[in-house]
Amino acid sequence: MTTSAARPADGLRAGDVPASPPPSAGSKKLGGVAGWVDDRTGAAGGVGYLMKKVFPDHWSFMLGEIAMYSMIVCLLSGVFLTFWFVPSAGEVVYHGSYAPLQGVTMSDAYASTVHISFDIRGGLIIRQIHHWAALMFIVAVSAHMFRVFFTGAFRKPREINWVIGCILSMLAIVEGFAGYSLPDDLLSGTGLRAAEGFMQSAPIIGSYLAYFVFDGPFPGEAIIPRLYSVHVLLIPAILIGLFTAHIVLVALQKHTQFPGPGRTNDNVVGYPVMPVYAAKAGGFFFIVFGAIALMAALVQINPIWAYGPYDPSPVTAGSQPDWYMGFADGALRITPNWFEFDILGFTLSLNIALGALLLIPVMYGVAMAYPFVERWITGDTREHHLLDRPRNAPTRTALGMWALTTYGVFMFAAGNDIIAIKFGMSINDITHFFQFGLFILPLIAFWATRRICLSLQRHDREKVLHGRESGTIIRTAQGGYFERHSGLDPYEQWTLVQHEPVAPIELEPAVDENGVARPAARKDRLRARLSHFYFRDVVNPVTPSELAAAHHDGQQHEAIEAQALSHSIEADPESASGSMHVEEGSEPEPTGGHGH
Amino acid sequence: MNALAARRRHPAVLTVLLLVALVATGCAYAAFAPKPAQAATADADQVAQGKKLFQANCATCHGLNGEGTKTGTGDQIAGPPLAGVGAAAVDFQVGTGRMPMAAPGVQAAQGVKGAQFTQTQIDQLAAYVASLGPGPAIPAAADYDYSNADAAKGGELFRVNCAMCHNFAGSGGALTRGKYAPSLATVSPKHIYEILNTGSQAMPVFNDTNLSPDSKREIIAYIKTIHTEPSPGGLKLGSMGPVSEGLFAWVFGLALLIGFAVWLGNKSA
Repeated sequence: MTTSAARPADGLRAGDVPASPPPSAGSKKLGGVAGWVDDRTGAAGGVGYLMKKVFPDHWSFMLGEIAMYSMIVCLLSGVFLTFWFVPSAGEVVYHGSYAPLQGVTMSDAYASTVHISFDIRGGLIIRQIHHWAALMFIVAVSAHMFRVFFTGAFRKPREINWVIGCILSMLAIVEGFAGYSLPDDLLSGTGLRAAEGFMQSAPIIGSYLAYFVFDGPFPGEAIIPRLYSVHVLLIPAILIGLFTAHIVLVALQKHTQFPGPGRTNDNVVGYPVMPVYAAKAGGFFFIVFGAIALMAALVQINPIWAYGPYDPSPVTAGSQPDWYMGFADGALRITPNWFEFDILGFTLSLNIALGALLLIPVMYGVAMAYPFVERWITGDTREHHLLDRPRNAPTRTALGMWALTTYGVFMFAAGNDIIAIKFGMSINDITHFFQFGLFILPLIAFWATRRICLSLQRHDREKVLHGRESGTIIRTAQGGYFERHSGLDPYEQWTLVQHEPVAPIELEPAVDENGVARPAARKDRLRARLSHFYFRDVVNPVTPSELAAAHHDGQQHEAIEAQALSHSIEADPESASGSMHVEEGSEPEPTGGHGH
Repeated sequence: MNALAARRRHPAVLTVLLLVALVATGCAYAAFAPKPAQAATADADQVAQGKKLFQANCATCHGLNGEGTKTGTGDQIAGPPLAGVGAAAVDFQVGTGRMPMAAPGVQAAQGVKGAQFTQTQIDQLAAYVASLGPGPAIPAAADYDYSNADAAKGGELFRVNCAMCHNFAGSGGALTRGKYAPSLATVSPKHIYEILNTGSQAMPVFNDTNLSPDSKREIIAYIKTIHTEPSPGGLKLGSMGPVSEGLFAWVFGLALLIGFAVWLGNKSA
């Protein structure tokens, strides 16, 4: 709207340029929908930050992605299932299309699951996708956890994220168990009966706890609706919340990367999210979804119609939980039965409580504590954004294998009856094997892993110092023989020498220079002992001076060989080592390269 | 009018028709009548033949007259006495190839090559063993004819009575010290009926007061239904329960996804 009425001081304003405030508070002006949203939310900053985020490339960094996508597949397929699933223990007589159950009395929960499987279009494949995705979710979470542990990615500043990851893993198995129990088939009902027994084995509060959870004696009518709320509401909400925190922390702390030329503790080498990772990760979601759908289409999982409806009297041979609860079941199977005690008329069922109640919190407690314990022992309080190659942390790698072997013994013990029937062995022998194996096998795994790591480290040193054995034997004019060693290219060499040398913490001498006793605190002595255990046989990387010495220690053949090869090495160490620094800051010298 | 129609009022017609009807009925009866249990009609010749077979193939462990033998170490039995086990037990044990046992072991396994005798020889052996003392007879075809039995009811009976050892799908399960409940997938209805009546090794006897013949037929119907129906969900992974599913997830599922991850990871700088 305009007005033609002249105002008094118009003449003074004649040359003014009307002020135009910037459309958004930020310096950057966005157009279109993005600008509209940014004007109202200020999201451009955050989104820009994310889009420019650089991620390093390695297949093992995608294990966590597999877990994330499997979880999303679970959520999507789970929503479909809730449309028809009836979480009720109410009794019905089946009159659906599956003949071998015609006229059988069953619960609403079971009947609706059979209904989803046979009478809802696409119901069976969605059920199988949901179940396979759940199994793959926890498989991928575990594999992701192994990667993080064995590469030392849990070190400062990522301890919190490690703890969050452990909680996520623990919640995932609880979520899985709740889902496994919902259809109220013979197998899951047996599992719930076992779970009730586990609760009862808790000292003092056992029977109260079981009555509280089941709202009375087993099975009652409360457990299925309760588990349903837990399965579709409570745990998924916590899972998503913690998972978001997990991802946000990864973005804030940046992703770790494997060591290599040009990769330092202060940079991340890779592509930005937009456009490369957005496309890669987006595509990978569909690959994961597709792979799970393929499994679900081809391979049957949890055929609840074959198990039949739950009834407390029957049980089926081969009653096992899904694999992720297997370790607890296995612990139960190998705990000797005499581990039950009568104290003043009260029964302490440690034969059950140890495996069923204590194992899970103890296992996750140890896992969550590990980063803090390692940091205390090594005294390493620096930030680490470069990953360890597992061989360069032999004791950690060996401890990890020790833990995995223990877990494996528990898990395989849960399948003792299947192993017995499939391999024609005695279940008693298998159980005894696992009982002794629980104590012996992890030690063997620890020792073997450590030796293998140390050997690999020595082999790396050897390779750096003397190059690679070429298999070519050369006869000199004097009649001597030597094997030609070909030099490493500087890129490869860098990967073998980049890690930091370590040494056990030494206690200060017990007596100081004035002869006064200096009692080390007990804590310090323990720490020194543990540090010694960690680093006792340490194999440190080749230093530049060692490398130089290797070329001058009278091994003429290396000099000759170096001449022969000096022209075959074209790679210029300068270009590879823009950011390469070995201890004293000198340039790494390529073996068999220049100067000989 | 043909010749036959012209003679329809012949005085002999009634007699001829009656004769034809009687012969036809007799033939039909002979063809369709349920055969009486063989144990009852075993003739002396069959028993004599059976005894010869028994002495040549079974007497090493079961004794020359089926009285059983011991190994000589403690109370260990080499072969149990057979008086009273009945013809059904022989038909089952020899018919499934469990007997003659290839080698001593914790359990007589189902013969890999099936029965080692012809059905005639098995019948002769059964007749001989039945002659040692009364026991369950070989069932007639009508006894294990499950075509009218209710498979759903059989499923309930199966879960209560059988699944704890043979597993929910009859794929078998482990028992103590190397013994096992075998898979039921390939067992014939006759043999299922027999083993329910006679028991064997770890398998208990389910006699007719325990499980009526109708219930037995229902169980057979259920076993045959679940083993002949197509698998709606795809590969059954042996119907062994969650262990094989977990193994599949770790071995094939994870390998497949890691394969894709490696492929994607290689497509980089």
